[in-house]
This record gives sequence, structure tokens and C-alpha cells, in this order.
Amino acid sequence: MVDNDDRLSRVFGALADPTRRDMVARLAAGDATVGELAAPYDVSLQAVSKHLKVLEEAGLVRRSKDAQRRPVHLDAEVFDLMTKWIEKYQQRAEERYRRLDQVLARMQGQDSPATDTQQQRAEGAAG
Amino acid sequence: MTTHTTPETLIEADPDVPTVRMVREFDAPRELVFRAHVEPDLVKQWMGPDSIGMDIDVWDIRTGGGYRYTATREGEAVAHFYGAVHRVDENEKIVQTFGFEEMPDAVSLDTLVFVELPGGRTRLEALSVVYDFESRAGMLASGMEVGVNEGYAALDRVLAGLAEERA
Repeated sequence: MVDNDDRLSRVFGALADPTRRDMVARLAAGDATVGELAAPYDVSLQAVSKHLKVLEEAGLVRRSKDAQRRPVHLDAEVFDLMTKWIEKYQQRAEERYRRLDQVLARMQGQDSPATDTQQQRAEGAAG
Repeated sequence: MTTHTTPETLIEADPDVPTVRMVREFDAPRELVFRAHVEPDLVKQWMGPDSIGMDIDVWDIRTGGGYRYTATREGEAVAHFYGAVHRVDENEKIVQTFGFEEMPDAVSLDTLVFVELPGGRTRLEALSVVYDFESRAGMLASGMEVGVNEGYAALDRVLAGLAEERA
């Protein structure tokens, strides 16, 4: 469990840097070589390689071994996973606040358990 | 990173600072939303998940106060939560720390703001600040027994795939 926490931390840590986020955004559009990634920035290839190493260690990008250009590839699956974690957190918060909705309804003397009406109201508000 | 898939609670994990922001609106006047955070009998009814009981030892939500409770499952204690209440502006704001004994180094500073909306509605804005991004990752991941394990399993698969490719 600690190891997994470390891995997730690495993902968040890797994305804490604006240049690395930029590189990830770039890679989302398609694979690119180190040179291509370095072009928009006023930094050395070494600096870009360093950033790439952090992203690689976090499991966010991969570099193909054999191809001569060694293009960098974004691993979108990891992003889906992170989104999922935040979604789970969001779901738990929402479940808690739906219970609070019911407490508030009782406090106002609307004794309806009314999960259905709350759902409808929620959908109405979202639309 | 923002997600807003289910209709109501908005969650934001800021990319630049280690915070988590939550925003939720309630169809009740702000005095009631505030009371539901302050009165232990009301708090008990909504804060813990259905499968988890909440034994409140101290619930003293005022400037200089504090709180402490035990989360229980089938009568067994599963975690002990506590915090210091830094400041309370009645009906408007609660500033407090949040931590649990099982991870004594993890603490967040939570600011809850109760905003009055037209039509007797209330918007609750909660901002949690933690020490660093690692702490936030732990915070997002903690306490979701089922979800976390699924997440770990999925992460394991992803990482195993990456390791294989590297080998």
C-alpha cells in the first residue's frame, strides 16, 4: 500500500511542474522526439531529458526502445486512473452531502425521505 | 484537475498548490447548514458513511475549540479523527485542522465558508490545504476502502505493464 501511495505521489509530483504539464499536453496531441519537445522552450536538451525522466519514472510517458528517433509516448491510462481517484473522492463527498440534504430537509420540517425528488432537483440544476 | 461528473459536488485539485477545493449548494438557509456542522446530533446523521458509525467524544465548534471522534464499523473502532478549531464566525465560516491518529503526520487546514444564496439556498465552499503534493495524493486516496483497492489494483496493472515493456 505504501508503494502504491509512492507511485501515485510520483504522478502528482511529476505534474506539479508547469513545464512538465506543458510537455504532457503536447504529447497528448501525439508522440514527439526529445528535440521536438525541447523546441518551444528556452532550455537545453539535457533539461528536457531531465523532465522526461521524471515523467517516465512516474509512469506517465514511455520511450520506445528500438526506434532510432525514440519518440516519447504519453500513457493516457495513468491519466484515466488519476481522474478516477478524484471521481471517487468526489462521489464520497456527494454521498455525504446527499445525507446532509436529508438532514436539512428534516430540520425544515419536510419530512420526506425524498431521495427521488432530490435526484430530480439535482438533474434539473445540472441541466 | 477538475471533475464534475455527478450533478452536485464540485472538486478541484489545484495543479499548482497542494489543495483540494469542494463546492456544494444546499436547498436550505445558511443558518441551518451551519447548525448541521456544529451540533453533534446533526453531524452524526450525515458525516460518516452508512456502513460507518461515528462515536463523537468532543464536538466543540467555536474559536479555540476542537473535535474528536471515532469511526466504527460493526462496533469496532477503525480510525480516530481529531482537529483544533482555529476560528468560527457564526453562520459564515469555520477554520479548523483535520487529522487522524492512524497517520499523525498528515494534517490539513480546512476552511469552510457558508455563502447565502437567493431563495433561501446556501453554497458551501471548503478548501483543504495540505503540506505537499504527496500529502494531497494520500488525502485523495485515503478512506475509500473499496475505491482505493480498485484503484490500487488498476494502478498495479498499469505499472506491471510498464515494467514489462521496460524489461
